[in-house]
Amino acid sequence: MSGKAWKFGDNISTDLIAAGRYAHLRTNLPELAKHVLEDARDEFRTGVKQGDFVVGGRNFGLGSSREHAPTIIKMAGTSCVAAKSFARIFFRNCINIGLPAVRVDTDRIDDGDELELDLAAGVLRDRTKGMELSFPPMPKVMTDILSAGGLVPYLKKNKGFKLA
Amino acid sequence: MPLTLAEKLISMHAGREVRAGELTVVKVDFAYVQDWTGPLTVDKIAELGAGLSSAPSHTAVFIDHASPSSFREVSSGHVKLREYARSSGCLLHDVGEGVSHLVLGEKITAPGMLMVGADSHTCQGGALGAFATGMGSTDIAVAIATGETWMLVPEAIRVEVTGRLKPGVYSKDIILYLIGLIGSDGATYQSLEFFGETIESLSIPGRTTISSMAVEAGGKCGLFEPDGHTLEWLRENGREGDYREIKADRGAHYARVIKIDAASLEPMVSFPHMVDNTRPVSHPDCRNVPVHQAYLGSTTNGYFEDFEAAAKVLKGRHAAPGARLVITPGTKSVYRKMMSSGLMDVFLDAGGVINSPGCGACPGSHEGILGDGENCVASINRNFKGRMGNPRAFVYLASPATVAASAIEGKLADPRRYL
Repeated sequence: MSGKAWKFGDNISTDLIAAGRYAHLRTNLPELAKHVLEDARDEFRTGVKQGDFVVGGRNFGLGSSREHAPTIIKMAGTSCVAAKSFARIFFRNCINIGLPAVRVDTDRIDDGDELELDLAAGVLRDRTKGMELSFPPMPKVMTDILSAGGLVPYLKKNKGFKLA
Repeated sequence: MPLTLAEKLISMHAGREVRAGELTVVKVDFAYVQDWTGPLTVDKIAELGAGLSSAPSHTAVFIDHASPSSFREVSSGHVKLREYARSSGCLLHDVGEGVSHLVLGEKITAPGMLMVGADSHTCQGGALGAFATGMGSTDIAVAIATGETWMLVPEAIRVEVTGRLKPGVYSKDIILYLIGLIGSDGATYQSLEFFGETIESLSIPGRTTISSMAVEAGGKCGLFEPDGHTLEWLRENGREGDYREIKADRGAHYARVIKIDAASLEPMVSFPHMVDNTRPVSHPDCRNVPVHQAYLGSTTNGYFEDFEAAAKVLKGRHAAPGARLVITPGTKSVYRKMMSSGLMDVFLDAGGVINSPGCGACPGSHEGILGDGENCVASINRNFKGRMGNPRAFVYLASPATVAASAIEGKLADPRRYL
């Protein structure tokens, strides 16, 4: 998976990703997706290309439990969200919908850098800078959910949680 | 080995003793959704194809975020939720019954339960000694369909609060102070556990304010040991039999211990657009901040006691010209008590407008959305850009008493001069 980096700052809340004023569009995800990250960086929603990366700072996705937030980031064609740290519910939601979320030192990535994700190797490559950023391995259950494409396909396959 | 409250509560549902850092599958006692997250949960339950609910009497749908709805799309989501409730046989709390977590606090939440909800403020259940945490729609779909979920047992932060709160200082000020101290990610993935004589003196509504905001520091849960106040609350709500004692073990391992002297606290205000951007109300930044809307309510300050504190300040006074006073009772029973006790008269005499019970303007779809450039001081739980419906407006967080004082003066104000 490769694409261009779209940089965002610290504390990108779910209100900035999927604003409350568009809550009436939550039952119409393609319409809601047109407003993804609108209040954080308006040009993202029209400029994002298939495979691009959302690159945040600290505490990405804080706030509400709305799964619509990572869902519309994924629907925009994003291949991965990279951040220095994630809020708990947002991170879990990403994995549950099959959107890779990785913790790396994003200060070293600039807006527009060409990025490539190698999940198996645990590495985010910045091809513009010729550097590799490794991320800590996730618990096996999360890797399994992600590789199954999300929690629903994972459970259909495994008929329950396999933690070890 | 001695256990923290989180370790103890999770162990009770894992069928074995688990410690911080372990992954475990747990039995879920109660799972619920609200109208902004529920329709997606219903879709995911259908995708799972595992049956509508493994335990309908322990599953609930709440219509509280848009209650009643202002958009046909949302209303159609409500239709879908009612149909799910009818066909699955789960509990339905429809328009006007109140905020999910507050209604559960009155009717269901009990010490020792493990609850998950598709709403970040599910952590509020910790006030009654339940392990309660928020998750996304898919996780809740799985919990509803299978009766189980998996979780990482969190490390815990022990917060010890001692000393007597001064008049005009409330539990809201304790939690705003704590979040200002540790930051909006200061407890990420961790359990916040509250102890000390000040905590023991707090009623369940007071504890509810604190536990609901655990997530605003990134916490997975905000836990309190059940005690006499818990028993009294359960008795008032006709559920005395739900009481059980659960205590953290002496010598349990805490990742961090934070001590707060309650007697030294002042009323606190969180400035836009972050909850951890706090100042004491006496700070120079709090002078001459105009208030266009003063807002009382939300899951964080939605019980009777919260409105009573505001009414004490407002009694016989009126909101300043240019300051709207908007009040949203947390539940129907709170609404009734506000009527029978005369609080409604106090608010109406003060120029207030009363919404139907529910989440009101807090999440930002109706009942008090802000205009461009307006400031609102609110007893709600978060003030991110776009909260209360407008990214060009500014939300300040404070206790109900501080909100009331600010309404009177038309600017951020110290409630202590009215008490």
